[in-house]
Amino acid sequence: MPKRNDLHKILIIGSGPIVVGQACEFDYSGTQACKALREEGFEIVLINSNPATIMTDPEIADKTYIEPITVEALEKIIEKERPSALLPTLGGQTGLNTAMSAIEAGILDKYNVVMIGADYDAIKKAENRECFKKAVQKIGLDLPKSVLAHSIEQAKEALKEIQLPVIIRPSFTLGGTGGGVANTQNEFERIAELGLKNSRISEILIEESVIGWKEYELELMRDKNDNVVVICGIENLDPMGVHTGDSITVAPIQTLTDKEYQGMRSAAISIIREIGVETGGSNIQFAVNPKNGRMVVIEMNPRVSRSSALASKATGFPIAKIAAKLAVGYTLDEISNDITQKTPASFEPTIDYCVVKIPRFTFEKFPEAQDVLGISMKSVGETMAIGRTFKEALQKGLRGLEIGHKGLDNKQKYNQILDEKIKNRLEEPNASRIFYIKYALQKGMSVEAISNITYIDPWFIDNIKQIVELEDEIKNTFSGDINQIKKNPNLMDILREAKQFGFSDVQIGELIGITEAEIRGIRKENGLEAVFKLVDTCAAEFMAYTPYYYSTYEDEDETRVSDKKKIMILGGGPNRIGQGIEFDYCCSHAAFALRDLGFETIMVNSNPETVSTDYDTSDKLYFEPLTFEDVMNIIDREKPQGVIVQFGGQTPLNLAKKLKDANVPIIGTSVESIDRAENRDKFAKLLKKLHINQPRNGSALSKESAKQIAQKIGYPVLVRPSYVLGGRAMKIVYEDVSLDEFMDEAKDISGEHPVLIDKFLEDAIEVDVDAVSDGEDVFIGGIMEHIEEAGVHSGDSACVLPPHTLGDDIIDAIKDQTVLLAKELNVKGLLNIQFAVKSDIVYVLEVNPRASRTVPFVSKATGVPLAKIAAKIMVGEKLLGFNLTAEKKLDHVSVKESVLPFSRFSGVDIVLGPEMKSTGEVMGIDKSFGIAFYKAQIAAGQNLPNKGNVFISVKNDDKREIVFVAKKLYDMGFNIISTKGTFKALNSNGIKADVVGKFAEGDARLLEFIVRGDIALIINTPSGRSGQSDMKSIRSLAVTHGVPCITTMQGAQAAVNGIEAMLNKKMSVKAIQDYINK
Amino acid sequence: MKQCVKAKLVLEDGTSFKGISFGARGENSGEVVFNTAMSGYQEILTDPSYKGQIVTMTYPLIGNYGVNAEDVESNRVFLEGFVVREASRIASNWRSQKSLREYFQENNIMGIEGVDTRALTKHVREKGAMKAVISTEDLNDESLREKAINSAGLIGRDLVKEVTSEHVYDWNDTGKYTVVVIDCGVKLNILRELVKHNCLVKVVPAGTSAETIMDMAPHGVLVSNGPGDPEGVPYLMNTVKTLMKQVPIFGICLGHQILALATGNSTYKLKFGHHGVNHPVKDLRTGKVYITVQNHGFCVKTDLLNREEIEVTHINLNDNTVEGIKYKKFPVFSVQFHPEASSGPHEAVYLFKEFIDLIKGNL
Repeated sequence: MPKRNDLHKILIIGSGPIVVGQACEFDYSGTQACKALREEGFEIVLINSNPATIMTDPEIADKTYIEPITVEALEKIIEKERPSALLPTLGGQTGLNTAMSAIEAGILDKYNVVMIGADYDAIKKAENRECFKKAVQKIGLDLPKSVLAHSIEQAKEALKEIQLPVIIRPSFTLGGTGGGVANTQNEFERIAELGLKNSRISEILIEESVIGWKEYELELMRDKNDNVVVICGIENLDPMGVHTGDSITVAPIQTLTDKEYQGMRSAAISIIREIGVETGGSNIQFAVNPKNGRMVVIEMNPRVSRSSALASKATGFPIAKIAAKLAVGYTLDEISNDITQKTPASFEPTIDYCVVKIPRFTFEKFPEAQDVLGISMKSVGETMAIGRTFKEALQKGLRGLEIGHKGLDNKQKYNQILDEKIKNRLEEPNASRIFYIKYALQKGMSVEAISNITYIDPWFIDNIKQIVELEDEIKNTFSGDINQIKKNPNLMDILREAKQFGFSDVQIGELIGITEAEIRGIRKENGLEAVFKLVDTCAAEFMAYTPYYYSTYEDEDETRVSDKKKIMILGGGPNRIGQGIEFDYCCSHAAFALRDLGFETIMVNSNPETVSTDYDTSDKLYFEPLTFEDVMNIIDREKPQGVIVQFGGQTPLNLAKKLKDANVPIIGTSVESIDRAENRDKFAKLLKKLHINQPRNGSALSKESAKQIAQKIGYPVLVRPSYVLGGRAMKIVYEDVSLDEFMDEAKDISGEHPVLIDKFLEDAIEVDVDAVSDGEDVFIGGIMEHIEEAGVHSGDSACVLPPHTLGDDIIDAIKDQTVLLAKELNVKGLLNIQFAVKSDIVYVLEVNPRASRTVPFVSKATGVPLAKIAAKIMVGEKLLGFNLTAEKKLDHVSVKESVLPFSRFSGVDIVLGPEMKSTGEVMGIDKSFGIAFYKAQIAAGQNLPNKGNVFISVKNDDKREIVFVAKKLYDMGFNIISTKGTFKALNSNGIKADVVGKFAEGDARLLEFIVRGDIALIINTPSGRSGQSDMKSIRSLAVTHGVPCITTMQGAQAAVNGIEAMLNKKMSVKAIQDYINK
Repeated sequence: MKQCVKAKLVLEDGTSFKGISFGARGENSGEVVFNTAMSGYQEILTDPSYKGQIVTMTYPLIGNYGVNAEDVESNRVFLEGFVVREASRIASNWRSQKSLREYFQENNIMGIEGVDTRALTKHVREKGAMKAVISTEDLNDESLREKAINSAGLIGRDLVKEVTSEHVYDWNDTGKYTVVVIDCGVKLNILRELVKHNCLVKVVPAGTSAETIMDMAPHGVLVSNGPGDPEGVPYLMNTVKTLMKQVPIFGICLGHQILALATGNSTYKLKFGHHGVNHPVKDLRTGKVYITVQNHGFCVKTDLLNREEIEVTHINLNDNTVEGIKYKKFPVFSVQFHPEASSGPHEAVYLFKEFIDLIKGNL
C-alpha cells in the first residue's frame, strides 16, 4: 500500500527560535521532512518564526510563513491555504503544543484538516503524565511511584505517600523547564510552586526518585501496518538525575546484557502500540536499577526529538525523513535504505563503532548561575564523535567541544586539587565532572569508589582509567628530547595505541614536551595515519553508497577519493551562544551552491543537530572534530582544490592561519585580509587610510596601560579580549576600579592577544550591514538598524530592515564606507560591518570579512541568497553574473528579535549588555514596522499585552523620553504603575499613575503583583553603573512569571508602536514567497 | 608495554590479521563468519550452530557486561575462535559473574582482539566466507595459510554429530503436548519456549530413528537448528521424510533446510551467510514485517520449490531469500530464522504458538 491519495497539501509546524532544549535539530528534521514530502508530490506549507533555518528557505516549501508560531497565526494560515493535513511531530515540543491547542480550539475540525503522524489522543496519552502512567501500567510495565498534583496543597498531600527525595516534573513543558529534585520540605514547596506555574495545564508529577539509576533511551519507528523497529539505543553516561540533553550519552547501549536489552526493546514496542502513535518516530526513556536490574519506564516523546536527530547521525538512518514518509501512508518495507540502496528501511541499524555525544554549556556567560546539572536542561549545544572504541570517541568528542581541551587532558594539576573539592565535583553533577573523574583516578581513587559517588557505571570509569594509564605510560617512557624519543623501540606501538585511544597529537606532545608538529612528523614518517571508515547502518554487511565517514586508527581506509574538483567546507562545531544555526545555514548553503556548480563538496563538522551533517547536504561528509589535526587528516586524503573557512563562525576561522601555513588552499577572502580586520592595530591603520571614523581606541597588555588608555580616550569605554565571538567577556566600563577587575578576568581568555579598549558611544544607533563582494564589485545585501542602542551586543539586539529612522545621507555614507572597506580588503565572499551613528557621524565598530549571524535574516527579508552567491564568488564567479545591480527596494519591513535563555538560569539578571546572551532569533515581517515588531515580540515569547497594568521605572536619562511612551500606553487604556522618581516625571506631564515603593524600603507590593499575574508589562531601564539590586530581583521575577520585561528605551518605544499598531489593525499572514517574488 | 600474547588470523586466500590473544593459546581452524549483533555475545558463544566456525563480531566493544550462568544456549562453547576489536577488561552488570577474558581462559576458548574487524567483515562480504586458521603458536602467514587451505571446511561435513546430545532426555516433567526435539545442536531457548507453551519436551540425539521417535508418542516434533551443511546429514533427511507423514513438525534453521531437502528441494551455500539480529522478514500471509534473528550459511533454493506442494510463508526483505515454508500435504512448517531469539528480538516467538495450534488441529 503506497502513499495516501486523499492528501494534497500538508502543513508542517517548525520549532521556532533556538532555545535551550530546542535547537537546530528541528531544522534538520523539518528540512528533511519538507524535502521528502515534496519529492512525493505533496504541496508543503510551513510555519516557522526562525529565519536562520534552512527549512524557511523559500525553495524548501511551497509556501513558507515566517510568522509567530501561535494558534492565531496557525488558524490564519489554515484559512488561507486550506491544507488537507497537519504534520505536528517534526517541530519539537513547540510544534506539538501548538497543534494540540489548535485542535482544542476546534480549528482543525473547522477547516477539515486531518492530523497525520500522531493523533490528538496518542499525543495526550504520551504527554499527559497521568494518562501515560495508566497506559504503561495497563500493559504491565513498571514505573517509578508517582502522584499528580494540580495545586500546592495536593502536592503536600502527595508527600505522605512518596518519601523525599522526590522529583517534580511539570506537564507540557520544554526540556523540563521548572522541574527539579527536592531533598527537603522547603525545596519541595519552592519547586512544586514553580512547576505548577510553568506547566501549560498547571500540573506537576511528584515522583519516586530514581536518581543514580542507569538511564537509557530507545528511538523507535512505527508504520501504519504496526511494524515497529528500534533505530538506536542510547546509554547515558550520566545516570538518572541529569537531563539527557545535559548528559554525556553513548550509542549503542554498552552495559546491558542482551536479555535486559531485549526486555527493554519489547517494552518500548508495547508502549508505542499502547499509546497509539500511528506512524513516525518516538523516543522512550527507561531507568534501570544497577543493583538488581529493575527497569522502569520514565517517559515518551511521541515525535521526532533531539535524541532522534542524534540517533540519525549516529546510525545513518534518517529518522525524520522516514517519519514523514510513514505519515503519508508508506510502510517501512516500501521505503528503501538510502545508504545500502538495496535493502529496505524495515530493519534495525547495527553499528560497528561507538558514538559519544557531549553537551556544550555556556555557564561562563552567566557567572551568577551555578554550573550544576539537574533535570532541567541547561546546555546550549552538543558535539558528537565517532570512534571504534569508547575511549577514542570520548577524547575526540572532548576536543570537538572546543572549550580548550585537547582530549581528556588536564587543565588543572590534579595533585593541587583538594580531595574535598574532587569529592564535591564528583558528587554533584556539573559541566566538568568528566575531568574530575580523571583527576580522581590520577589521585588514586578506585573505579569502584568513583562509581559509588557518581553512580556512573564502572565500565565507563574503567575506560577513563585506561586513558589515564596510557597517559602515564607515555609520560614515563618518553623524555622531551625528540631524538631520544625517536630511538625508543616501543615508540610506534605506544603511539599507535595512543591514537587508538583517541589522543590528539598536541595532547601527546604536551605529555612528553614536544610539539604537535613533531608528533605529526613522527607519525607520518612511520606511516601511522588516520584511516576513514563509513557510517553505513549495517556494520559493513552491505555495500554502502553514501560517503559518510569518521576517522580512526586501524588497517583499512575506505575513502573513495574522486578526480572531481573538490571544495571543502569547515563547519561551526557545537552550537554555543554567539555561534549557532546561522553559521550552519551558511555552510549548508555553500554546499548547495557549489554542488550546483558541479563541484564535489566535502563537509567537515561535529555537530549532530545540524543540516550540514545530513549526508544529503554535501557530496561527502566527514563527522570529525574541527581541530587542525583532524582537518589536516582529511585534507591529506582528499586534497581539495579549495577550503572554505569563512562560513562556520569563529571555529574554522581560528584554524585559518595554521591551515594556510600548511599550504592548504583557503579560498575567498584571504587570511591576511581577515587578520587585517580582526587585528586592532592593523584595522586602525586601515580605517585611517580610508578616512573612516572609528571610536577612539587602544589596546593594552597590562592593567597600567589599560588605565592610561581609558583616561586618554575618556570613560565610558568598551573593553574586550581580541579574537572572540559573541562578545565573550565584553564589558562597558565607567571607572578605573571596574577596569582593573576586567583586566584580572580577561587575561586567560585572550592568551597572547591584547585587551581592546574602545570609546563607548553612549546613545548611538547601531547599524549592521551584510554585503557580498568579488573584490571588484560590492553588493549590499541589507542594512539593519538596531532597535537597542550601541552597547547591547548586536546578537542580542532587535533590528529592523530596512532602517526606519536613518536619513538618506547617513545610509549613503554607510554604503560608501562598506564599498570602500570591501575593496580595500579585497573581500571575495561575505562581509559584515557594524556601524554606530552618533550625532550624524558614522563610525565603524567592526568589520568581519566572513559570514555573519544576520546573513540568513537578510536573505529571508530580501530574497537574495547571500551565502550561496558568496560561495560561488569564492570559486571564481563574478557578482555581475548574478544580476544584482542595486539593493532591492522592499515594500515590507522585517524585524529580527533575539530570544534569551534567562528563564533557564535562575538568579541571572536579564539586562542586555555587550556580552551576547541570546540563544536564538525570530523574525517578524509585515507592511509596517509596528506590526512587524509586534509579530517578532510574540514569536520571541514576549506576549505584549493590549490591556492591563504596566509597571514603569526608568533611569534618569530616560525620564524625558518615557513620558511619550507612557502617554501612549495611558491613552490606549493601560493602567500605569511606577516608582517615585518615574512617577514625578509622568505626573508633571499629566499622566496618571499609581506609585509603589522600593522593595528594599519594605514595599513588597510590586513583587506580589507580579506573582499574582497583575502586571502585564514591565518597562525598566537600568542605569549603566551598578547598584540596581532592587530592580534586578524584579526583572528575574518577571522572567520566572513570564511577564514581558523591556530594559531599553528604544525597545519600549518599539513595543508601544507595536501594541498601537495591533490595536488598530488585526494581524494578517503572508508567505515569504509572496513577499519576495513580486 | 603491557605483556601480551600475539595472535594471528590468516584466511585461505592469504589475507592476514594481527591481534592479541585474550583467551586460550593454541591453534584452531574454521570458517570465518561475521555476526552483526551489538549485544548477546554470550548467547552467540554458546550457540552450537557455530561449530566449525570462527566468529568475528562487527560491534567493536565486546565483553562489557561480563558473563553469567543464565544467558547460555548450551552447556559449552562450540565455536572455533572469536575475533573482536576490543575485549573489555572489566565486566559491569549486576548479574555478571566473571569477565569475558576469564571465561575464555577458563574454558580454553581462542579469542583474538585488536583486529580491524570492519576490514575483516568487508573482506568476507566481498570474497565470501572462507576457511581460516587462528593461532598464537605459529605467526607465519604462509604456513597458516597452508593450514587454512588444508582444513576441513563446512561443505558436505557432518558437524551435527559433534554437537548433538548423546542420550535421550526429558527437558521437563509435565506439559500438555508431548514434543520430541531432534537435537541437531539445539539452542536451549527453543526448549524454554516449548515449556512456556505447555509442552512436555523430550530431546533426542540427531541419529535417533523415526520409529524410536514415534514410539515416544509425540504430539509434535521439532527439528532444531544446528551447524554446517544440511547435505552433510542425509540420515536426518531420511528420518524427517518418514516423520512428516505421521506427526506435525516444526523446523528451525538447519531443521528448515533438512525438511526442504526431504521434500526434494535443494539448498545452497550463501556467500557469507546471515548472522545477526536485525534481518527484516515478511510474513507473506499477513504482510507484517518481523525483525528476526538469523544464523545460517546455507539456504533453501527459491527456484526449485514445487509451489503446488509448498507455500513460501516468509521471505527475507534484504535479499528475498526463502525464510519460511508451509508444506501443504503435511502438517509441517519451518523457518530459516530463529523464533526463539536469544540473542535478539523476541517478536517472532508467535511461531511457537502456530506450532501448538498445528498440534491442536492434529489431535
